[in-house]
Amino acid sequence: MQIYLPIAEVSVNAFLLLGLGGIVGILSGMFGVGGGFLITPLLFFMGIPPAVAVATGANQIVASSISGLMAHLRRKTVDLRMGVVLLAGGLVGAAAGVAAFNALKQLGQVDLLVQLCYVLFLGVIGWLMMVESLIALRRSRRQGAAPKRKQRGWVHALPLKVKFRSSGLYISVIPPLLVGAAVGVLAAVMGVGGGFIMVPAMIYVLGMPTKVVVGTSLFQIIFVTGFTTLLHATTNYSVDMALAVLLIVGGVIGAQFGTRIGVKLKAEQLRILLALLVLAVCGKLALDLLLEPSELFSLAAPAGGQK
Amino acid sequence: MIWRLALLCLLLATPLRAGEEVVAGLSQARVSITTDFEGSEILVFGAVKRSAPAPIEPPLHVIITVTGPTLPVTVREKDRRFGIWVNADAAEIDAAPSFYAISTTAPLTEILSETEDLRRHISINRAIRAVDTGVAKGSPERFTEALIRIRKEDGLYQIREGSVALTEDTLFRAGIALPANLTEGDYTTRIFLTRGREVIDAYETRIGVSKVGLERWIYNLAHQRPLIYGLLSLAIAIAAGWGASAAFRVMRG
Repeated sequence: MQIYLPIAEVSVNAFLLLGLGGIVGILSGMFGVGGGFLITPLLFFMGIPPAVAVATGANQIVASSISGLMAHLRRKTVDLRMGVVLLAGGLVGAAAGVAAFNALKQLGQVDLLVQLCYVLFLGVIGWLMMVESLIALRRSRRQGAAPKRKQRGWVHALPLKVKFRSSGLYISVIPPLLVGAAVGVLAAVMGVGGGFIMVPAMIYVLGMPTKVVVGTSLFQIIFVTGFTTLLHATTNYSVDMALAVLLIVGGVIGAQFGTRIGVKLKAEQLRILLALLVLAVCGKLALDLLLEPSELFSLAAPAGGQK
Repeated sequence: MIWRLALLCLLLATPLRAGEEVVAGLSQARVSITTDFEGSEILVFGAVKRSAPAPIEPPLHVIITVTGPTLPVTVREKDRRFGIWVNADAAEIDAAPSFYAISTTAPLTEILSETEDLRRHISINRAIRAVDTGVAKGSPERFTEALIRIRKEDGLYQIREGSVALTEDTLFRAGIALPANLTEGDYTTRIFLTRGREVIDAYETRIGVSKVGLERWIYNLAHQRPLIYGLLSLAIAIAAGWGASAAFRVMRG
C-alpha cells in the first residue's frame, strides 16, 4: 500500500515503513539505543529527503524510547539521578552541536564530516565493545563468575561527589556532565539520539552496571531527541507527521518485544550483538566512502533555498 | 517567469501560417494529492482548426510538453580525494523544472529546428536554465547532463517521441503519466503544431497540482504553526510510546 507523505513529498510503501519502525524498535528495546544511526540512513535509502529523514527520525526515537523506558522504569533499572545529570550536560552539548553544525554547513562539507564521524565513532566503539565483551565472556566461562569491576582512579579523584544509589556509585558529577555534553554535541552533528555512544561511555568511563545503563540512556535520549524534534520543526519545517506515525506504530510494538529479548540475554551477549551491529553499519558507511559510487552526481536544493 | 512572459509575447507575435490553430483540452485541470496518491495520468487531446484546406507538405507534427514548477538546483560531483569519495565540484543550476515531459508525433530533431527550440525552450536541455553555474574546471555541461540523467531515472523527466497519436492531421491525443513524487504547484502544458520544423501555432494551459484533505492540513500546520506542529508530533510520539507500553502490560496480565 503506497502512501503519500505530506512534508517529504514522496510516495512510499506504508508496510515497508511499519517494518522499518518495528526493527528499529526491537533494537531500541534490546540495547537502549534510539536507533537513529540505523533509521536515518535507511530512510535516505528509501528516497526520503535527508533533512526530513533526520528530523522525523528524531521524533520516532522519542516514541520508541518512551516505550522502552516504561518497561525499564517498572523493572527499576533506571538511574533517574544519573539521567538528570547526563541530560543537563546533553542539552548544553546539543545547543553547541547545532551551532557547530550550522557553521560547518557554511563551509559546504557537512555531509563528509557527518559520514566520517559515523565511520570513526562506530568503528572505534564497535571494536572496543567487541574486544571487551569477548574477553569478559571468555573469563566468565572459565571462572563461572563475572569479574570485579576495575577501580577508576581519576574519576574518583574529582570533587562534587554525589551518591547514585541505583548505579551503586559514589562519584563526582563532572564525568557524567562531560559525557552528557559530548553525546549532545555528537547527537546534534550526526542527527542521532546518541545512545550508541552513551551506552559504552556509561559502562567504560562512568563504570555503571550494565543493567541500569540501558534504561538511563533511554531517559536521556528522550529529552535530547524531543528537543531536536522541536528545533527541526520550528526552523526547517522538516518533521513529517505521517512518516513519523508509521515509524512510531512499528517502533513502539518492536520496542516491547526488544525489551523482552534483552532481558533473556546475558549482558555480555547483548554487548557482542550491539558491537556487531555497530560494526556492520560502520562497514557499510566506510564502503560508501571507499568504493566508486555508481552515480557520481547528486542533486540538492541550493543552500539558503526555501527547502 | 521572465522567459514565460517572453514566450507569451513571441506567441502573440507569431504569424499563423496556413491559418492552422490548435484547440485543446485536458482530461483534468486539477491533480489532487491525497494520502493514497500513486501518480496520475493526464490525457491531453485536441484538434487543429483550419480556415483553409490543409497543405500536403511539409507534414503536420504535434509536440506536447508538461512543465512542473521551476526551482534552482545544486548538482554535486563526487571525486576521489585521499582515497575516499567526497563531494568535490558543484554547479548551481539557476532554474530546472521539477517535472518535464515531452510527447511528440516523431523524433524531436526531425520536427523542430534548433532556432525554434532555442526560442521556445522545448527540449529538456533548453528548458533548464544554467547561465552562471560557478563551475571551476571541466565542462559545465556534465552537471546539466547529470541532472537530466538522475531525473529521468526518477521518472521526473520523460521524453516519449512518437507517443502523440495524430489522426487525419486533425485530431491528436497523448497520455502524460505524472509520477507520485510530484511537487505542488502549477504545471504548464504547452502544445505546439509544427510544419517543416517551424512552429505554426502554440497553445498553453495549466494543471494545478495541490495537496488536499489531511495532506493539506498537515502541510499547512507545519508551515504556519511550526511550534504547535512540533509539540503535536512530540505528543503523538509520547502517547504512542506510553500507550503501547500500557497495552502490552495489560496483555501480559
